[in-house]
Amino acid sequence: MTEPDLKKIAGEELARQGEKSARIACCASTGCLSSGSGEVMEALLEALSSHGLADKVEVVPTGCMGLCSHGPLLGLEIGGEDGFRFLYQEVNPLLTRLIVAEHLLPSLEAGGDFPVPEFLSSHLLPLDIPFFTRQEKVVLANAGRINPERIEEYIAAGGYRALEKILREKTPDAVIEEVARSGLRGRGGGGYPTGVKWRNTADSRGGEKFIICNGDEGDPGAYMDRSILEGDPHAVIEGMLIAGYAVGAQSGWFYIRAEYPLAVERVEKALKQARGRGLLGKNILGTDFSFDCRVRLGAGAFVCGEETALLASVEGKRGTPRPRPPYPSQSGLWDSPSCVNNVETLANVPAIIRQGAGWYAGMGTETSKGTKVFALTGKARYSGLIEVPMGTTLREIVEEIGGGSSSGRPLKAIQTGGPSGGVIPVSLLDTPVCYEKFQELGSIMGSGGMIVMDGADSMAEIAAFYLEFTVDESCGKCAPCRIGGKQMLDLLKKIAAGEGNARDLSQVRRLSEAMRRGSLCGLGQTAPNPVDSTLRYFEGEYLNLLKTDDD
Amino acid sequence: MINLTINGIGVEVDEGTTILEAARAAKMNIPTLCRHPDLPPAAACGICVVRVRGRGNLVRACAAPAEEGMEVTTHDPEIVRVRRTVLELILSGHPNECLTCLRNESCELQSLAAEFGIKEESFPPLIAEHPLDDSTRSIVLDPRKCVKCGRCITVCQEQQNVWALSFLDRGIETRISPAGEIVLAESPCIRCGQCSAHCPVGAITEYDQGGEVWEALSDPAVYCVAQIAPSIRVSIGEAFGYEPGTNVSGQVYDALRRMGFDAVFDTNFGADVTIMEEATEFAERFRNSPESLPLITTCCPAWVDFMEKFHPEMIPHFSSCKSPQSILGVLAKTYYAEQRRLDPARIFMVSIMPCTAKKYEIHRHKTMFASGRQDVDVSITSRELIRMIRQSGLDFSGLDCLAAADSPLGEYSGAGAIFGATGGVMEAALRSAHYFVSGADLRDPVIPAVRGISGVKEGEIAIEGRPVRFAVAHGLANVEKVLDKITAAREKGDDPPYHFVEVMACPGGCIGGGGQAWEVDDAIRRLRVEGLLKDDAIREVRVSHRNPSIEKLYRDFLDRPLSDKARQLLHTSYRPRRKYRR
Repeated sequence: MTEPDLKKIAGEELARQGEKSARIACCASTGCLSSGSGEVMEALLEALSSHGLADKVEVVPTGCMGLCSHGPLLGLEIGGEDGFRFLYQEVNPLLTRLIVAEHLLPSLEAGGDFPVPEFLSSHLLPLDIPFFTRQEKVVLANAGRINPERIEEYIAAGGYRALEKILREKTPDAVIEEVARSGLRGRGGGGYPTGVKWRNTADSRGGEKFIICNGDEGDPGAYMDRSILEGDPHAVIEGMLIAGYAVGAQSGWFYIRAEYPLAVERVEKALKQARGRGLLGKNILGTDFSFDCRVRLGAGAFVCGEETALLASVEGKRGTPRPRPPYPSQSGLWDSPSCVNNVETLANVPAIIRQGAGWYAGMGTETSKGTKVFALTGKARYSGLIEVPMGTTLREIVEEIGGGSSSGRPLKAIQTGGPSGGVIPVSLLDTPVCYEKFQELGSIMGSGGMIVMDGADSMAEIAAFYLEFTVDESCGKCAPCRIGGKQMLDLLKKIAAGEGNARDLSQVRRLSEAMRRGSLCGLGQTAPNPVDSTLRYFEGEYLNLLKTDDD
Repeated sequence: MINLTINGIGVEVDEGTTILEAARAAKMNIPTLCRHPDLPPAAACGICVVRVRGRGNLVRACAAPAEEGMEVTTHDPEIVRVRRTVLELILSGHPNECLTCLRNESCELQSLAAEFGIKEESFPPLIAEHPLDDSTRSIVLDPRKCVKCGRCITVCQEQQNVWALSFLDRGIETRISPAGEIVLAESPCIRCGQCSAHCPVGAITEYDQGGEVWEALSDPAVYCVAQIAPSIRVSIGEAFGYEPGTNVSGQVYDALRRMGFDAVFDTNFGADVTIMEEATEFAERFRNSPESLPLITTCCPAWVDFMEKFHPEMIPHFSSCKSPQSILGVLAKTYYAEQRRLDPARIFMVSIMPCTAKKYEIHRHKTMFASGRQDVDVSITSRELIRMIRQSGLDFSGLDCLAAADSPLGEYSGAGAIFGATGGVMEAALRSAHYFVSGADLRDPVIPAVRGISGVKEGEIAIEGRPVRFAVAHGLANVEKVLDKITAAREKGDDPPYHFVEVMACPGGCIGGGGQAWEVDDAIRRLRVEGLLKDDAIREVRVSHRNPSIEKLYRDFLDRPLSDKARQLLHTSYRPRRKYRR
């Protein structure tokens, strides 16, 4: 295969785009699709062709645009990048037809500057709200902008240049060094320094090595990784290629949960396109480097997000964790050195290579660098997928980006880190986003779930909700997690129902210690976090629920 | 070597040693429930947690390798509290039915509870109701009692390569079961009982038939006879305070007589007969149809079951000769009955075996009724016999260690004695095969290449200048290696890699059988093997064909090996069961 000329592909794509007088981005992520963006797209194409605009206007089905609470979203770009931009919320087919007929068409006829009719303007989202202005998009830079199913658009947006750069200019060692200097840490929740993981894998002896992309995102309410895979799959593939080059791996596995069919479809499509363009396979870009990827589906076990369980699952075995050491970097998939990186982690890599470790490390706190994607949900006015620099305070996220309480009731706490995380009370809203800071407060960064809670939320019920999830998802291998979780859940439910007593509460604390200290893997060790942290900050709520001798 | 400290005490261990083993080397015991010396650490139970300086969380001593400079604490208030809570949790998932459990007083969970001084049920019981599975009539699976240590599954899948048992469901619903909502009898289970021998609690036990034996013994109209398997004599003493490997044949014979058996035989006699038939079979194939080699031994019923299910293409290589148990059964009801003028219908034959699969063998095929009725009526395991001896009130150590079995079915050669150890059948068969082919005995009856407990042993002897290559495998996962070689050679059209193959399903052979007493490791297996080899070494007659009782048997009753009568009484056949093929 002749080696691809990325510049040429990008030039042709940009020229093609430049010929269009307008561009309409329609969110085609799972969230918006389920609220009807598929029908919106059909209506849009129909309306455009009936107005004779089919050739002039480009319709781009994109990944997640972020403000999921207001979807389906439709973005208009009239007159190129310096032209006019509009974002419509909660669109439907009728509204779409009206937008084309009453806004787009007259705008194009008027040469761009056309006042939005009043009956449509109520559907317009102001683009200057903090939800849009306070974000810093690195990982999500392409999501919501490009068509994830076209490799040309990714290349036109600067894609695969990082790969080209390292293959031409950098030794594997230098790549690891660059990633290490960037301060990038695992975005799946563990926060392990990515550079160190790569170094360990590179240093392990073994003929065959593997890169595994962990796409088994399973926290309830979290969909960062799904959105990245759906919205910008090539960024993850490029990240894997760079990781493969750095550690000396020739193949990679995507492990994606089967409940993410669209992500799987887009990744498969992207792999095919990359292969077609010679960006995967043998002698990539004319170098000695060969690498290819395959996809394995997870069958929906939360514990398979734990890397040793994940590897067992890829091998076709029952997905249960095993003790470490040996670490996967020493002996992983089929006993070969393996590097397991989360989707978001890998998606950061091309940007780090393109813009440099210094740029990346310039964002964030002392120990947590770069940006982090969160799924902001719950009682926030604006909720959805956001990306902020590390070090941004929870207050900025909740009050500014999230627009404060959606219920009108005062906020009470923020739950972070999903079922392995905990609550941070509203009194600590000035806490910056940082792995260590969250941990000090009894929660974790986790993969990026962030749920805003108000006064109506009962903390014992919240704790029971999350614990029920982990109890359900415990693999059952080790006793502290398997039995401890269930016993604790029964006690919590009893307490939440007003049937518990002081002894029950002390048993809860004892179980928490046994699970934290005695469980084999992170799932069991962190399962008590929602309970411990609600007890830490809202003990009074629990005490009020207890039966006393007087009752 | 690695230097570390355990509670401040320095200890030097080999690389690859776990913290648990290192602690034992430092004379410090760390409690554990799921760990078994035969198996890789599962790290399942969470009891063995220890503190390692510099590590954020407690680590599992069973699985964590010792590292240079490591500082380990095995006991402190937090560690002990966590262990206790975990133990109490396990107890909450286990029925409090010790008094009505076969493992009462031999249960590893019970011992832990005693060690921790558990006085109350801290947590409400969380026991899922699953039906008892005794469909195999060999082993009994009671999922309610399972503590999910995973030993049985590792043994079934990795040691035995059978895959009858797996973990099903997850979390608190996790259970062990054959996959697909079927009972064990419908599963690939070969009834070897290794799961039951490795179970720390009473979740998998032998199918207990002690009651049936007592019933027969108490019936004056029934003439009760017993036979004891080769390996029993070197294992059963352990339950009564003897060192592993101590030969307690005399005490066992005496105990059985005192329990009421009218005659006590020794399966070793049956082993000598097996050799007469099997070695003759080998000699005939070796002389007349070398292309039909290798000949594969069939004394082990679990192996027979395994082969019928997974390797039916090997059936033509199987010796048609019955196992010593079955041979002794049929001879008791024919030859012995004739001699003693007993009505065979009155004879009740009880075999005492190291094996749960022997319970299946006695009705496996219509040839197991060669005497006109079921040749062996009940087969019980070592564990059942130990219980029966206790029930009978006998003071085992006070029994007659010089007691002898009844003649003639109790007289055996050294070749019969070693049947209970891996390699023993091969060694015994080669001693006689050499004679049957060449007319001369081996200069030295000891064949070192078959001895030892490594999983696959290979060797060669020469008979009349022609090589006889043999392989010995035990632990069924090891069998595949041998079969693969045979198949590969056949496909390439090469000479068979072996002429004679011995297979025993259990590690170490019958001395490590699935019906033997619990908590066996390789050290104990070695001692038991030694006990059998000693029994051989001290015998005047060390080859089956020179056992005077065997000579008489053929002279008076069977005529010669493979005679019509021998074929009718002492041989069997096999059937492919392809639905189990993988």
